[in-house]
Amino acid sequence: MSVPVLELDNVSKIFSIKQGIFGKRKDLRAVDELTLKLQKGEVLGLVGESGCGKSTLARILLGLETPTKGRVLVDGEDITTHDRAYLARRIQPIFQDPYSSLNPRKTIGDIISLPLRVHKVGDPRDWDKQTTDILDVVGLPKRVLRSYSSQLSGGQRQRVAIARALIMRPEIVICDEPTSALDVSVQSQILNLLSDLRNEFGLTYLFISHNLAVVEHLATRVAVMYLGRIVEEADASRLFAGPDHPYTNALLESVLTPDPSLGVPDTQLGAVFPNPINPPSGCHFHPRCPRAIDICSTKAPVATLHQGKRVECHLVEGAVQ
Amino acid sequence: MENILSVRGLTVDIPLAAGTLHAVRGIDFDVKRGETLCVVGESGSGKSLTSLAIMGLLPKQAQRSAQVLDFEGVDLQTASKRDMRKLRGNRISMIFQEPMTSLNPAYTIGDQLMEALLLHRKVSKPVARDRAIELLEKVGITAAANRMKQYPHQLSGGLRQRVMIAMALMGEPDLIIADEPTTALDVTIQAQILRLLKDLQRELNMAMILITHDLGVVARVADKVAIMYAGEMVESGSTAEVFTAPKHPYTRGLLNCIPVPGKTAAGEHLGSIPGIVPSLIGDVVGCAFRSRCDEATAQCSSDIPARVSSAGHLYRCVHDYDGPASPSMNQPKSGEA
Repeated sequence: MSVPVLELDNVSKIFSIKQGIFGKRKDLRAVDELTLKLQKGEVLGLVGESGCGKSTLARILLGLETPTKGRVLVDGEDITTHDRAYLARRIQPIFQDPYSSLNPRKTIGDIISLPLRVHKVGDPRDWDKQTTDILDVVGLPKRVLRSYSSQLSGGQRQRVAIARALIMRPEIVICDEPTSALDVSVQSQILNLLSDLRNEFGLTYLFISHNLAVVEHLATRVAVMYLGRIVEEADASRLFAGPDHPYTNALLESVLTPDPSLGVPDTQLGAVFPNPINPPSGCHFHPRCPRAIDICSTKAPVATLHQGKRVECHLVEGAVQ
Repeated sequence: MENILSVRGLTVDIPLAAGTLHAVRGIDFDVKRGETLCVVGESGSGKSLTSLAIMGLLPKQAQRSAQVLDFEGVDLQTASKRDMRKLRGNRISMIFQEPMTSLNPAYTIGDQLMEALLLHRKVSKPVARDRAIELLEKVGITAAANRMKQYPHQLSGGLRQRVMIAMALMGEPDLIIADEPTTALDVTIQAQILRLLKDLQRELNMAMILITHDLGVVARVADKVAIMYAGEMVESGSTAEVFTAPKHPYTRGLLNCIPVPGKTAAGEHLGSIPGIVPSLIGDVVGCAFRSRCDEATAQCSSDIPARVSSAGHLYRCVHDYDGPASPSMNQPKSGEA
């Protein structure tokens, strides 16, 4: 296989959290010895509940957070050997909330062209043209150039965020819940746009979402994250056809398809999301797992490679042996 | 069964400098005991204002009017502030979307839970306390007695939403209005909270109005559904009818927009509704959806009467449509194929 465009090699991010004024510092493992590869042209969907570390992972990949342990590789080279400007040209983010990620005091034209001006890309006389071109690409009318973000709708703002990310012609776009704040009719427009742009510019996406229906629609590969670890990773079609990890299964069952003949599913998950400062022993998922066995509470499962999937679960380990 | 809440011709107008904003434009609906009505709509459709109008909690400048606004024989339009206070939190409860902003950060969970009961029922503190603990356990919170002493910030989002539900149930209400109760939650928690609400509703025989933009939630929990667009109910009826035989182009558009695992092909374009919601400032004439509708004709600019479909549900569209609910809905599920 070719060299991954982006790779996490055994990466951990540990935050030292102080509880109370005189409290002892405790470690919070937001990302726990995680290995992940992003191949050129693929859409890797990253799913998990809030607090599982998916946004920290995104920040590490963007170079906004330095890992405590492990290496981040860009095209097979350590991320620390590249400067910030180089990384920004290759990797761009699109964030969840188009209301807070755009500067309210700048015009849309200024916001979109800022990366060009910062990085002094090409001839300044071309910047205006590039800005209007990118507006066309994301489907915004030219008149918004002189508007402020407060004058735009949520969907238009997210298009601005996408234009700003794409004007540098990056290869990798990290989308952190890009449609969660939008109405369904707008969400579908943005998803269609992201899918068109991927084909047009050959983009690679890391698509972070808690909405599995959206991930299934867009992703070519899916990684499921739970308390800082990736518990299952597989090709999208394979994962959605039959998940191996009980957590993935619960997530899939929780997707409410608009089918009035079905009721609300019973996921049989315990309600309590564990405290990441004090994670459960053994497999982190065992207190909520409907299929937990004795070993799950004492020993952490090791990754099993099984039919092209990577799963961390004792049940799968047992079945394969 | 008799209707617990009847609404006819409810309008909410908000006077602005630029003119009057007709946020809710003459909507009708009923809810019965033990029934769940889902009000669906996108931002700005007037669904949240509808719930606030029922509760009498509209912002001061907003003007409410209705032909009928009846809650179990009480006319909510003529009810005094005092009477409304007696109803709210007691016979009608509300669950808000953001548990963090609707819980008071300076009081413990216990204080906030007990408040409604102490206020409305004149019971002693120990009785209220027992009831609060009982309800916390009912909504699936472990170590309830300890939780009573905690403050909202010490709880996770899912737990806070459970506390909100317990709080809404303290007075054993006849009607519960839940405004996007699960939108801020993770999918696994969402399923649990919805199950919980349905179970408690059955147990206490409550009527429930659930306001949401998530059609998946609607399909799974609603008995009746009302689709709102630009302040109007464009389609309403039993959930099965509206989902299997939608008559209004907006309803069909919404159903086409959502990716459904196993039904919408990966990578294929999702349906979308082009254009934006029209301004509701000034007089709105004709169908508000016509500027975004593929099927719009000259007829759509005149008044649109409510029509009854062959299946028996109401819709406001002059065109006849008898095709499939949506292209994706008619394909066999991949699991079955």
